Amino acid sequence: MNAGPLADAVALTCLLLGSLLCLTAGLGLVRFPDVLTRMHAGTKPQVLGVLLVMIGGAIRLQGWSSTWMLLLVAVFQMLTAPISAHMVSRVAYRRRHVRRDLMVVDELGMAPPRAGEARGDEPADAAPEPG
Amino acid sequence: MTVVYWLAYGMLGGGALLALVRLARGPSLLDRVVATDTLLVIIAAGLAVHAALARDPTLVPVLVVVSLLAFVGSVSVARYVGGMLVDPRGDGQDAGPPEAAGQRTGGTP
Repeated sequence: MNAGPLADAVALTCLLLGSLLCLTAGLGLVRFPDVLTRMHAGTKPQVLGVLLVMIGGAIRLQGWSSTWMLLLVAVFQMLTAPISAHMVSRVAYRRRHVRRDLMVVDELGMAPPRAGEARGDEPADAAPEPG
Repeated sequence: MTVVYWLAYGMLGGGALLALVRLARGPSLLDRVVATDTLLVIIAAGLAVHAALARDPTLVPVLVVVSLLAFVGSVSVARYVGGMLVDPRGDGQDAGPPEAAGQRTGGTP
C-alpha cells in the first residue's frame, strides 16, 4: 500500500481537527458554570475527536491489525459515551449539582413526585461557584 | 510536518492542562468525574496522534485499555455517588458526598 501526499494531507487534517476538539473541551471545562454544561463541553472529543484522530491514525499507520484496533476503540467510545454521560448527568441532577436558574426547560422537575422516591432526591440548585 | 507536530501536541497539551485545572478546582465530585473522563480521552487522543505521526503501531493496544478504563472509572464513581443513601438522622436531607455536603447551607453533614 503506497500512500500519496493527498492521503497524508487528509490524515494530518483529521489529526489537527481532533486535537482542536480536545483543546475546546478543556476550555469548556474551565469556563462553563455547572456539571451539565461542563459535560456538554467535555464530551465533544469523546465521539467526534476520537473518531477524527482514529481516522487519521488509520490512514497513517497502514496496517490491517492497527486499523481494526483503532476501529474497535472508536466503536467502543461511541457505545460507552452515552451510557456514562447518562449516569453522570442523572446523578448530578439528583444530587444538587445543577444550576436550575440556568436551565431553559426542566422536564424532570415538572414531573409529579413519585410515591416511593426518597427524600433528598428532589432537585435543588447547586451552590454558585466561589470565585 | 514539524508544524503539524507542534500544533497537534500544543492543542492536546493545552486541553489536558485545562482539564487538570478543572480536576483540581471542581467544586463537586461529579465535576472531577467529568474532568477525569475528558483527561483520559485526551490522553488516548495524544497516544493516537503520536502513533500516527511516528508511524509506530506499538502504542495502539494501549488505546483500547485507556478507553476501557475511562468508561469503567466514570461509571463506577457515578454509581458510588448515586448509591449514597438518605441520612436517616436529621431533617431528612441527604448527606451526599463530602464535597456536596460542604457546599450546602443548612444541611446536616
